[in-house]
Amino acid sequence: MAGANGAPTNGSAAGGKEITFLEAIRQAMFEEMERDPTVLLMGEDVGVYGGAFKTSEGLLERFGWERVIDTPISESAIIGAACGMSYLGLRPICEMQFIDFIVCAFNQITNFVAKGHYLWNAPAPMVIRGPSGGGVHGGPFHSANPEMYFVHTPGLKVIYPSTPYDAKGLLKAAVRDNNPVLFFEHKFLYRRIKGDVPTEDYTIPIGRAVVRREGKHLTILSYAAMMHTSLEAADALAKEGIETEVIDLRTLLPLDEETIVNSVKKTNKCLVVHEDTKTGGIAGEIAALLCEKAFRDLDGPVLRMTSLDTPVPYAPTLEACFLPNAKKVFTVAKALARY
Amino acid sequence: MGTITKQMPRELTRQQHLDLYYYMRLNRAVEETMVKLFRQNKIVGGLYSSLGQEAISVGTCYALEKKDWIAPMIRNIGALLVKGVPPRDIFMQHMAKYDSPTKGRDGTSHFGDLDNLHIVSPISMLGDLIPVMTGVAIGGRYLGQKIVTMTWIGDGGSSTGVFHEGLNFAATQKAPFVLVLENNLWAYSTPVRRQVPLENLADRAKAYGIDSYIIDGNNVMAVYNTAREAVERARAGQGPILIEAKTFRRLGHAQHDPAEYVPKEMRARWEARDPIALYEKFLTGERLLDAAGKKEIDDKLDTLLAAEREFAENSPMPPPEFAEGGVYCTGDECHQIRAKWERAIAEVTPPRSSVKAVWTVPGFGSGKGSGGADAPIHFGDTSVVDKPANNGRPRKAGAKMTVKGAPKKAKPAAASTSRKGRR
Repeated sequence: MAGANGAPTNGSAAGGKEITFLEAIRQAMFEEMERDPTVLLMGEDVGVYGGAFKTSEGLLERFGWERVIDTPISESAIIGAACGMSYLGLRPICEMQFIDFIVCAFNQITNFVAKGHYLWNAPAPMVIRGPSGGGVHGGPFHSANPEMYFVHTPGLKVIYPSTPYDAKGLLKAAVRDNNPVLFFEHKFLYRRIKGDVPTEDYTIPIGRAVVRREGKHLTILSYAAMMHTSLEAADALAKEGIETEVIDLRTLLPLDEETIVNSVKKTNKCLVVHEDTKTGGIAGEIAALLCEKAFRDLDGPVLRMTSLDTPVPYAPTLEACFLPNAKKVFTVAKALARY
Repeated sequence: MGTITKQMPRELTRQQHLDLYYYMRLNRAVEETMVKLFRQNKIVGGLYSSLGQEAISVGTCYALEKKDWIAPMIRNIGALLVKGVPPRDIFMQHMAKYDSPTKGRDGTSHFGDLDNLHIVSPISMLGDLIPVMTGVAIGGRYLGQKIVTMTWIGDGGSSTGVFHEGLNFAATQKAPFVLVLENNLWAYSTPVRRQVPLENLADRAKAYGIDSYIIDGNNVMAVYNTAREAVERARAGQGPILIEAKTFRRLGHAQHDPAEYVPKEMRARWEARDPIALYEKFLTGERLLDAAGKKEIDDKLDTLLAAEREFAENSPMPPPEFAEGGVYCTGDECHQIRAKWERAIAEVTPPRSSVKAVWTVPGFGSGKGSGGADAPIHFGDTSVVDKPANNGRPRKAGAKMTVKGAPKKAKPAAASTSRKGRR
């Protein structure tokens, strides 16, 4: 299952300045486990092998067999057991080897974990994380973006970062949060994106978007890998005299309504770009939000640039057609700016 | 691994006998009160009965210590009562009252108590409690608490995926976990033979290399003695145990269901084996209970339940706006989450944590995956012919639970009973 992406990193432990997205994840887990003995890691091949993508490399050696648990291939058992641990005040991190497999534990997450606090006042501090997203020719079962199944579930928090800095700070915040948090890691970014990360401990608040690029002609809202695609498109748009404001949502649940609405009130136009498929994606939710809260400020339709409403196809030619890219974003954004 | 037939004979004290009797009576009286409330339209949703199964809920839960954790199923009101839940909470849950443990947000036995009674709330999807209670068991061991966790499942629920995922994970982790399988012969309208092609559902345990017991679920002493032994073994680190309790669901799936699909003869046969009547006969014969003692319990239950019922009926419905909010824990002012350590934290933090496996995986040599033990290598291609399953002694065909008139001391059926095969 590891495939070509399973190559080990050479990165040493903490302390570096510029690190990969993957190393940011590893450092966040390492440092949280170092800081707090209630933090444990469970998942398939997370221990001896260090995870299919090596995100937990070195954790078993450091923290031992009781804190880094190799499990059977039983996603429901992993999530269920983590939930049980959380009732004792532990803070387990569950790795889904590929986030596609999270749906095997759908009932545990949506019915057991998510509803506990509302129904019987039982907080479940736990993190479910794993590699998601396409663009690496993983095919229909190793490329999914299943975040919206869970954004539709009250009781969960859903994070989907785009930079090493955010990934580390948000994962630490997720571990310290008293609620079940789903943490999506776009695998396309794992080794392609590098960024500066402070050496000292820090967290990033869950539920806050960030403005990546300021502009006045339109707003592009995006997250994860499409964030980088959107920034690339914004560069091209700038050459045409279109100044695009690009916002990284970072957290999908709860959504940072304030940042979204404020930006659209300024630019009066909005394009949402995501790698998730179109129907039922977060873009539709944002369009509804803008109708409710910024209708009179809109000078054009809220548009969506997303993947096709199909499973993720395997062949590179097909996947390229399936996914949004900078050129597609550029074209739609330009038309919207001139609307 | 194997099905264990003999339990250690264990003498119960007079008080233990009377406790078991009292809790079974309380269990039944609470449910009888709720039937009355149901007929008066005071119960908002469904009402599920454990009539005839009281010995299982009571006998198993009574074997636990206060610090242990349970997760009841819908028919385990008796376990909740033994754990210390007041009847009013159960009434109010069913009546959706604001003073109920979930304040009207959920009903029936769907409530829990993390801090004091150590009860995990069930959900309606069957089997999900098995991995959850496995997690509580592993977590408790990690914190050094020496707790045992217990949950129940029906014959029907034993066919869910999570049952198998959970029990398998519990077994690989040697979790201090006891699973009680109440085989009441019916999953709603579907008889057990149409669900599972096994005579004994305890055989499920074989697939996970764990021990199991088969007991007469209508004999509370057998239930208690077996559960006690299972709990002790789990606490001693011998891994999870499955107990199959043979019984019968005397009423329908819930109050709305007259259960006309159940043969009359079958019902009659099991009604003659009522667990409370059988135990009462035993206690009377042993001079542990007489007419005066029984009267005393009757009066106590009447007084208690009248007061509990009155309290429940007087509790208000939740205000509509209570539907909003409460979905998330908002931080320390909402819940202060603290693990209760009963071992030295230094044992699980570096440098000590980085030394050695807590247990090893035999057969994988001294490779990293084995936990570092120096064990012989199992090459995976030899044992099939050399070692027939069950130590070469096949279980007698047709060996089964005989359920006749009188209660027997838990006399489980199976012939093969080796404990030797355990890991």
